[in-house]
This record gives sequence, structure tokens and C-alpha cells, in this order.
Amino acid sequence: MQDDLVQRIANHPQYQELKAKRSRFGWWLTAAMMIVYYGFILLVAFNKEFLAQRLGDGVTTVGMPIGLAVILFTIAITGIYVRRANSEFDELTEQIKKAVLK
Amino acid sequence: MKHLRSFALGMAALLATAGAMAAGADLGQAEKQATNWTAITMFAVFVAGTMFITKWAAAKTKSAADFYTGGGGITGFQNGLAIAGDYMSAASFLGISAAVMTSGFDGLIYSIGFLVGWPVVTFLMAERLRNLGKFTFADVAAFRFSQTPIRVFAASGTLVVVAFYLIAQMVGAGQLIKLLFGLDYMYAVVIVGVLMMVYVLFGGMTATTWVQIIKACLLLGGASFMAFMVMMQFGFSPEAMFAKAVEIKSALAAKPLVAEAMKGGMDQAAAETASAAKAAATGFSIMGPGSFVKDPISAISFGMALMFGTAGLPHILMRFFTVPNAKEARKSVLWATTWIGYFYILTFIIGFGAITFVLTNPQFLDAKGGLIGGGNMAAIHLANAVGGNVFLGFISAVAFATILAVVAGLTLSGASAVSHDIYATVIKNGKADSASELKVSRITTIALGIIAVALGIAFEKQNIAFMVSLAFAIAASANFPVLFLSVLWKGTTTRGAVIGGFLGLISSVVLTVLSASVWEAVLGNAKGSAPFPYTSPALFSMTIGFVGIWLFSILDNSDRAKEDRAGFLAQQVRSETGIGAAAASNH
Repeated sequence: MQDDLVQRIANHPQYQELKAKRSRFGWWLTAAMMIVYYGFILLVAFNKEFLAQRLGDGVTTVGMPIGLAVILFTIAITGIYVRRANSEFDELTEQIKKAVLK
Repeated sequence: MKHLRSFALGMAALLATAGAMAAGADLGQAEKQATNWTAITMFAVFVAGTMFITKWAAAKTKSAADFYTGGGGITGFQNGLAIAGDYMSAASFLGISAAVMTSGFDGLIYSIGFLVGWPVVTFLMAERLRNLGKFTFADVAAFRFSQTPIRVFAASGTLVVVAFYLIAQMVGAGQLIKLLFGLDYMYAVVIVGVLMMVYVLFGGMTATTWVQIIKACLLLGGASFMAFMVMMQFGFSPEAMFAKAVEIKSALAAKPLVAEAMKGGMDQAAAETASAAKAAATGFSIMGPGSFVKDPISAISFGMALMFGTAGLPHILMRFFTVPNAKEARKSVLWATTWIGYFYILTFIIGFGAITFVLTNPQFLDAKGGLIGGGNMAAIHLANAVGGNVFLGFISAVAFATILAVVAGLTLSGASAVSHDIYATVIKNGKADSASELKVSRITTIALGIIAVALGIAFEKQNIAFMVSLAFAIAASANFPVLFLSVLWKGTTTRGAVIGGFLGLISSVVLTVLSASVWEAVLGNAKGSAPFPYTSPALFSMTIGFVGIWLFSILDNSDRAKEDRAGFLAQQVRSETGIGAAAASNH
């Protein structure tokens, strides 16, 4: 890529917007995933009794729905990112392309 | 009491080896079973089908680009299945369901670890990789740096990870064929070696991807059927399934306790009453966390190896170059995450189903009450219990096909590292023509095939439990930090990336050798003598990798370093927008 094109894109306000939005969103979601996963692992390490508590009268424990929820959360948070990136971020990218690649 | 202790020790040993099983590794030593012709026939059908695909793919594999990326015409959905296929190995299917059968909730904790790396890959890596890279992850890591040193590092990182992963798969194949088909170890190693070479050699990435997709569909279909049959028995009530499993586990735990008490002079009724509470507690322990997490540092370190190792596995990363653009790259990780998450839920149900339908059926048990063929046979016996002999053959064939597909992907990524990074870029200075590059990839494929067979034979009797965890730890400590910092941190320089990357690689290998899984289990030193006390080195070796890159980058005042930093803006613009990115379809 030629240097002047790089400069034109880099200085484009929508590029700045895209970069800032995407990186903020990506880092927030990464932090959320880390908190959920390492929170779960620390619960396993330090509070086994909590996870082994019975839910109601049966044998199902608190840990079971929590474990399932971590799996579903992992899929959902990926979905949330991909949805926003494939619509909003890709539209911004298209606009930048149109503006600079005439 | 003695029985309880030996039971607990057995569990701990099982979980320690489970540490490496899930991603595709250790199936332990297996006993050869009776020849299973149904399974062999079904596997032959699979091979015949994939040969047709290879023939079709061979017609499309004309250039080096076709060989590496399958022409770039793979959709996000297809690629998602292929990535999931790379991840759902035979040992993750058999190993996780066996871990769930043995220790219940601990198996779930374990599988969750393998899933959580995917969102991180999505948020931070997938689209940037697609925008910057062409054929290998070294394209991305070396984007703004001096090519030769980074390519040499990346090719080393790739080949080391591929080698450990390959050994684990080849030995796993040999053990599996004894269990599933009742054939000799040697057959498996040679069959896998030859078929894999045919796929990669003639069909390149196109054939490798389609073999992986077909296998992923068969595995997901088969596992879904098994989980459905199990749930149907319990009227689709998880509570009923758990209750039955706890009841069975309690009864199994009671037997040795009662026998012990009766030896002490009690009559049967008194012995039963005396041991009832303890047996019930043991039975119920499968519903909560057990001995899986020994200490928090090991847990976090192992979690980091899985989470960030996923983002540094070369055979997974290369799949992002097979889709046409960043949008499809993102879709493929979402599909992959969905399928893998679904698969882990299935293996959990299969594990619990095995407690009810396998552990209570004398047909599947040996004289000592263990599973015929070893602990990893849980899912295989369950297939027989819920679907009869034909379904047993089907699942056995799929389990073996799984190893074959994973090995093909690994070999392709190793061959790309040699032909694209070393030959075309380092030796030919980027001026190699497509035909000669393709020739080198094919020669490397043959060489890797022969090496894989040789290693498979050499490691037959070795304890290879550590190998897949080691592959993940190296990927997390060497490949991932270099990729991550070169893409996201302007200050990274060639010198910093190479020195830090190698420090991460060396420290992860050294710490693994010093940990119990090699120091005691392989080198035969006394129990408890391992100098490195944790199960995974990632927490430390990843830190060494990151700090190494940072330190040697900020200390770097060479002219090259100035050039490296100046190149960041152009790299960032391309990684964010995809403008100028290689169009995978027609390089």
C-alpha cells in the first residue's frame, strides 16, 4: 500500500471511529470472558462447597447450571461480537473504502 | 478406608492424564480387542468417500495458493465445521466422556477450559489474521519485520507444536485401532500415515478441509444420537439422569466399604448401615468439583495454556486464510464455537449415560469391574448399549477417521511452514515461483508423513500424556505473544519478537520437562521430586514470552527497529480495514 493512501485512511475520521469502537468493544468482551472463566475456576479452587450444594430436593447441584451457563455464555458472547462486527463495523469499513479508494 | 484411598489415588491419576487427553492425545496403553469387521467396513466406506473428494480436490489444486488455502472459496459455515473438526479429536470425544463417567462435574470443568479460548480468538485475532495474512501465521507475525529471523522463529514454533501434536495423534491412533478394530498398532500408524499423505499430497487444503467437514458432521451426528438416546431413557429430565448416576455410583462405592467392614467382623446388615453414609457421599461427589483443581496456580496456568494456546495453534490459524474475507472469518469462529460448545454438552450427557448403561452392564466390564479395553472405552461401549453392533461399528469408524483428519491438517500446516516460510521466503527471498513452491510442499508432506510414522512407532510404549498440553503451552507462550504484540503493539521490533518468542518456546519446554508429567512419569524420578510443582507452565512461560518481547523491543535502538516501528501504521490500517488484504480466491 502506498504511504499517502495509508495516511489518508489513518487520518479519516471514520477510521478513527472504527478503530476506537472496535478495540473498546473487543477488550470489554475479552475482559467479560476472562472474568466469567477465571471466576468459575477460582470458585472451583476456593469454594467447592458452593458448587456442590443441592438445588432444591433433587441431586442436581448449583454447579451444573453454572457450568452449562459458562458454555452458553461463551457461545453468546462470540455471537454478540460477530453480529456487531459484521454489521456496524463492516459498514464503517465500507464507507472508509468508498471515501479513500475513489 | 484403604479402598477409598486407592480409589481416590486412581481418580487423581486418571485426571492427571486427562490433562492431556482432551485435545487429542493420550489414550494410554490399550489391549487388543477381537477384530471388529463392522467397524472396519464402515471405515473403508469413509476412506472410499474421501478418496473421491481427494480426486476432485486434486483437479483444483494447481498452484501453491490452492494447496495452502483451497483457493479461498470456503464459506464461513464450512470453515467453522472444519475448525470444530480440528478441535474435536478422537481423544476429546473418548477422553472427555470417560472423564465425565469417572468423575462427573470435573469432566465439565475440563471441557469448559477448551472452549473459552474461542471468544478471545474472535475478539482479538481472527479478522486481523485474515486481513494481514496470506498462507501461514508467519505472514502476519512477519508483516512489518525483517522477514528471515521472524520466519525462522515462526517455522520453528509451528514445527515444534505440530511435532508434539502429531506424536500424540499417531500413538493415539495405534492404541485406538487395537481397541476399536482389533488390529495391530503398526497397522494404524501405517494406515494413518499413508492416507494422510494421499489427502494432503494430492488434495491439499481443499481435501483436508472436506475430510475434516465430513468427519465433523459424522461425529456430531453420532454423538447427538447417543445423547438423544440417553436423554430419552430418562424422559429428557437431567435430574432423573443425575439421580440414577448418583445411585449407581453410591452402590459401586458401597461394595468395597461393606466388604471391608465385614472383614472387621460385622454382619452384612450392620456393615451396610455403617458404610451407607460414606458410600452416598462418594456417589454424590460426581455432582460437584473434586480433585481436578489441585491448587489455584495450576488451575489458572492450565486455563491460560488452553485459552491462549488455541490462538497460537498453527493448524487452526491457517484455517482463517481459507475464507474470502474478514466477515467470513468471524462467521467461521462463531460456528466453530457453537459446534464445539454443543459437542462438549453432548460428551457430558454421554459420560453420564455411560454411568447408567455401561457401568451396570456386565457385558462391558472385566473381572475387576473396570471397562473392557480401558477407561477410554466409555463412549464406545455406550454406542453398543444404545445403538447395537452396527452403531458401535459406526462410532468406532468415526473415532478413527477423526484422528486421520486431524493428522492431515497438522501435516499441511507443517508443510506450509517449510515451503512458504522457509523455502519461498527465506531461501528464495520471496521470489520462488508457484510451481517450485508447490513441489517443495509436496516433498515436505512426504517427509513429514514418514517422520510421523517413524515417531508413531518410536513412541508406542512411551508415556505421551504430556504432549498435547505441551503443544498448547508452547503455542500460548511462543506463537501467541509474538502474533499478539506484533499486531497490537507498535513498539515491537524484529529483535524483540524473535528473542522473546524463543524465550517463551524454550521456557515452556524446559518447565514441562521439570514438571511431574515428564520428570516423574517419563524420566522415572521419584514421586514428588519434580522441581516444577505445577501441572502447566503457561502462566510462567507466557509471562517470560511477553516480558521478553517487551524488554528486548524497548532496548532495541537499531536501524531495523526504527523501520519496524515506522511500519506499524500501514499494518494497522490494513489489519483494521482489510484494504490491500490478499484476496484468498485468486492470488
